[in-house]
Amino acid sequence: MEELRFSFDGLASSDRGVYAIVGVVASGDLEVLVERQALEGRCEVDVRTSVHGFETTWRAVMERFVTARALANTRITVNDSGATPAVVSLRLSQASQTLDGTCP
Amino acid sequence: MKRDVEMQWNRLAASKAARLERGSEFAHGRLVEPGAVVQLLEAVLEPGDRVCIEGNNQKHADFLAACLAKVDPQRVHDLHVVQSNIALPQHLDIFDKGIARDLDFSYSGPQGVRLANLVAEGKVRIGAIHTYLELYGRYFCDLTPRVSFIAAQSADRDGNLYTGPNTEDTPAVVEATAFKNGIVIAQVNELVDRVPRVDVPCDWVNFVVRAPRPHYIEPIFTRDPAAITEIQILMAMMVIKGIYAEYGVTRLNHGIGFDTAAIELLLPTYAEKLGLRGKICTHMSVNPCPTLIPAIESGFVQSIHSAGSELGMEEYVAARPDIFFTGPDGSLRSNRVFCQLAGHYSDLFIGSTLQIDLQGNSSTATRNRMTGFGGAPNFGCDSRARRHTSDAWLKAGREASSSGSGGMPRGRKLVVQMVETFGEKMQPTFVERLDAWELMPQFDMALPPVMVYGDDVTHIVTEEGIANLLLCRNAEEREQAIRGVSGFTAAGLARDARMVEALRARGAIRRPEDIGVNPLDATRDLLAARSIKDLVRWSGGLYDPPKRFRNW
Repeated sequence: MEELRFSFDGLASSDRGVYAIVGVVASGDLEVLVERQALEGRCEVDVRTSVHGFETTWRAVMERFVTARALANTRITVNDSGATPAVVSLRLSQASQTLDGTCP
Repeated sequence: MKRDVEMQWNRLAASKAARLERGSEFAHGRLVEPGAVVQLLEAVLEPGDRVCIEGNNQKHADFLAACLAKVDPQRVHDLHVVQSNIALPQHLDIFDKGIARDLDFSYSGPQGVRLANLVAEGKVRIGAIHTYLELYGRYFCDLTPRVSFIAAQSADRDGNLYTGPNTEDTPAVVEATAFKNGIVIAQVNELVDRVPRVDVPCDWVNFVVRAPRPHYIEPIFTRDPAAITEIQILMAMMVIKGIYAEYGVTRLNHGIGFDTAAIELLLPTYAEKLGLRGKICTHMSVNPCPTLIPAIESGFVQSIHSAGSELGMEEYVAARPDIFFTGPDGSLRSNRVFCQLAGHYSDLFIGSTLQIDLQGNSSTATRNRMTGFGGAPNFGCDSRARRHTSDAWLKAGREASSSGSGGMPRGRKLVVQMVETFGEKMQPTFVERLDAWELMPQFDMALPPVMVYGDDVTHIVTEEGIANLLLCRNAEEREQAIRGVSGFTAAGLARDARMVEALRARGAIRRPEDIGVNPLDATRDLLAARSIKDLVRWSGGLYDPPKRFRNW
């Protein structure tokens, strides 16, 4: 198990959504939890992954995901069981869509 | 130079007569008892003979292969094996024991690692690795077998053979051997009074043995819809909307992976909603893959010619003679050579691979394995001799000439690679340099073993988008178009973002949103069948899946 932590600044903010959870911790898949929190404008990402040595890849995936979205003051928690970046990106998009759909 | 009056012109016929005479001691007419086969082979074979042990994708002359591995290497040695598939341990045992020495083949699949070891030990001398069409072409040129061991479903007392639905390579093997005065030995599952249909006439067959066990058949084309992922569905949506609909692809060949299975299962749902029935995927060169059942039942696919059959599909195929090629007995008649030929001249090939480099060359060769090519290169290449036209072929040709040479207009075959940017165990699909380059010296090859050459590829589809290489004007654009769909691989991260955006503006790269595909719509609900049981239901109970695919 490897734990990674990323923090992003300067994102647009939104008051839509409280939290959303998608995916499952199954082989090749992951669980993503997105919550609105007072984080002084930051987006904090915590990743727990079963696969070691892919910090650069995770950072790139997360960076592309958050910069396209209004995710200031948001905590993203990921429990990964060997998902490919394709699956990670898809689950993140699903979580973000679900978050936008939930009432504040 | 004078005509040599002493020259003998019938040495092959004389050799055949002598072999038959020696073999007759172990046969009653054409029939041989299973226990006498090893002696028969020792009598009939001569050192240095070229032999073919019929080993196809499905049907294997496994009993004869096992008998050949038991002959006395003092008597039978230095055989030159010329056969498409090295699939069974016995195929390599004969090299280990010194019975065989030289090998020309197409595909080694599960034996790839052991084959590599035997080459390293000097026990196998590889002539070349071929595609199926190349190898069978050479059967009629410089690699004609002296003795062929083939497999069939049944034989009558005269030796007429019925192959069953897996005719596969038998006609090519027998034709080359029998008509150049070679010896054909067949193993059959049963002896009958009358065969259901004659696939091989008796006067092309010299010996027949009823094997103690039915020949081995491998269900290699069955893909369980339960294992299809959302990413594969997303890519399938992109292929249907961004390529099949765009070019109006009616004639095509599908690879056999889960990616193309996803396309097949989206035809009755997603493609139907787009109004594409009758406009795409009407004629296919492909085995009767169970995942095609919903597309056939819903009227999408109108005609299929198959290289071989697939276990469990027999009754379904027999009940759909308007779709498949079947004999007067009702069962499928497959033929690998003709299927390869049909696919070669169709409008599109789509398949998957393990590695793609930045010029689009792809290979399934990985370190320490020698697996070969099979059929993909003949399907997955531009058919340069094509002269008849179709809308898809002409459109691709126009795109190709818009980016380059101009001059004489011609069409172009669509060759599509459909891959996720990362494969199993997070192996990147996109690489700066193919592993094939390391295999070349390791196995003493003249060239790196490339499956599909980059200049034959027209489109690369990943979860990130479609790269249309026809619209790239030079090697640099081509490289950036490929990097531009390589996702988060090192190759993808090293892209020139400005050039990639320029290529996207020109349509040389298209993102899902550029063609109206929303990744969030890519759910398993879109699959026409989500399990093997669903496929059985679609078939009206005619599809009878092998036990290992049944979980109910």
